[in-house]
Amino acid sequence: MKRGWLLGVLGLVGVAGVTVLLLALLTNIFERKQEARQAFVRLVDVTEDTLDPRVWGQNWPMQYDSYLKTALPTTTKYGGRGLGASDGGPAEQKLGRDPWLKRIFAGYAFSLDYRDRRGHAYALFDQEATRRVTEKQQPGACIQCHASNLALYRFAGKGDIRKGFEQVSGMPYRDARDMKDDKEQPLVQHSIACIDCHEPKTMAVRVTRPGFIAGIKALKAKQGIADYDPNRDASRQEMRSFVCGQCHVEYYFKGPGKVVTYPWANGLKVEEIEAYYEREGFTDWVHAETGTKVLKAQHPEFEVWSQGIHARAGVACADCHMPYERVGALKVSDHWVRSPLLNLNRACQTCHAVPEKELEARVLAIQDRHHALLQRAARATTDMLDVIVAAKKEGASEATLQAAAAQHRKAQWRLDYVAAENSMGFHAPQELARILGEVIDHARQGQLEAERAMRKK
Amino acid sequence: MFFACLLGIPAGVGAFTFVYAKGFSYLSTDPRACVNCHVMNAQYDAWRMSGHRHTATCVECHLPHTGLAKWLAKADHGFRHSAAFTLQNFKEPIEITPRDREIVRVNCVRCHDGLVHAIADAPGRNAGALDCMHCHAGAGHGAGG
Repeated sequence: MKRGWLLGVLGLVGVAGVTVLLLALLTNIFERKQEARQAFVRLVDVTEDTLDPRVWGQNWPMQYDSYLKTALPTTTKYGGRGLGASDGGPAEQKLGRDPWLKRIFAGYAFSLDYRDRRGHAYALFDQEATRRVTEKQQPGACIQCHASNLALYRFAGKGDIRKGFEQVSGMPYRDARDMKDDKEQPLVQHSIACIDCHEPKTMAVRVTRPGFIAGIKALKAKQGIADYDPNRDASRQEMRSFVCGQCHVEYYFKGPGKVVTYPWANGLKVEEIEAYYEREGFTDWVHAETGTKVLKAQHPEFEVWSQGIHARAGVACADCHMPYERVGALKVSDHWVRSPLLNLNRACQTCHAVPEKELEARVLAIQDRHHALLQRAARATTDMLDVIVAAKKEGASEATLQAAAAQHRKAQWRLDYVAAENSMGFHAPQELARILGEVIDHARQGQLEAERAMRKK
Repeated sequence: MFFACLLGIPAGVGAFTFVYAKGFSYLSTDPRACVNCHVMNAQYDAWRMSGHRHTATCVECHLPHTGLAKWLAKADHGFRHSAAFTLQNFKEPIEITPRDREIVRVNCVRCHDGLVHAIADAPGRNAGALDCMHCHAGAGHGAGG
């Protein structure tokens, strides 16, 4: 009798356990089915006036979670070294690692402070911490990329974003940054945010930076396409690169109004951009060592990527830097924008059926070669600077040094273009090697010209 | 009465779960059963655009064609896939296991034997040494499928 009871209780517990497992399975299947049915739930209404990413995050929590991770420090062999965000301080100095940078930027704010990158979360913070901004007067133009700025532009332009952008660009940085609306609410509060790349009604990817919209229009006009509007005319796959190309580009501040302008009217290649600047008669600053009028290049990732094999194959920035991930039954693009080296399986293996270790080795082979060639080109450039400086000291006239100065301008533009580009050669290895070859040629020619000038004197 | 309840409740819940989870679809050869859980959407979409879509469904290539082996493989796939999807602990992009790759290879030869027997049965070679998919990686669902 006693044993019968025991068996009965055990049976009850066993069957209850099985029932619990079955119900757990049932709910799990139910949840997955629900996920597949509805990609997101609009808990709050987001509009053009919803600037705070936290509000968007209520509707799109998975994207928002990964977006928040851009605050995390990441490190690859050539990028993002140093403690960076982990201790709340800025990333490591590039100037300390590559002292030649200090020389090529002599007399320019970049010789004061030039650091490794951090994630999107720090775009606004870091730019206000750099000595380039704290010690030098900078224009409101910087806000075009370092902040979520649509509200500011709409307010300043009384509804017209382009007009507001032009107005803000010319203001002193601090005035633009501290601008308030009629209700005394600050207009700039966030770093790069949801609204900068997404249309709030449909969540479609869109471009908002006025500088990019004008730049791509000029580029397409050169290619024979009149009145190009990326938000209307680009394919979705193109837009998945254009959103990044809004800021990861070469640009300059045009005229006294400091309007952020992308020099693409002539094409995207390094010599096409150079020709554009020559035609405009543009110069960023006068080099402190040589007195040469030189150009500054800024992170031309979009331009360099467009010369590479991945762009040729139709692979967008987002395919590698924001690859799709599966969360439950959903496909979500990873908003933790970072180096594909940190996410090889999603970033590369979707197309390349090759082990991760092998893929990493391929990338590093490209980067190591590129790094070695870059150092060699930098050496050629500083050698040229040495001789020009020596020639000036010996009393060579400006007229006799003109040929050397012309080579300096060309060599420096190309070297900086490659060094400022963030991929250590990977976005377009052959194109960048070609440019570095030209750097070495121009630098050595400049060196010869300076020596000739020294003898002529 | 007591025992009827004891066994009836889990049986009922189990039966409902089975039907709700489209359990019967897994006893069919319908390719749509393979995307019930959406993990293989990309493969399914690519197969629908591929040259094989007219002649070979998922199971033509991915299951053995002899009695017991077929059911064993079905049970193995079923268990592994449902466990992986429930626990969400699998690596992506998904990758075929060596055992399942061998099943596919045998099936390549099963249909293409007339063309490839001279290669596949070349003297002095281990029959398994020639892996069709080494070169034809896109066959079925992929570039040039």
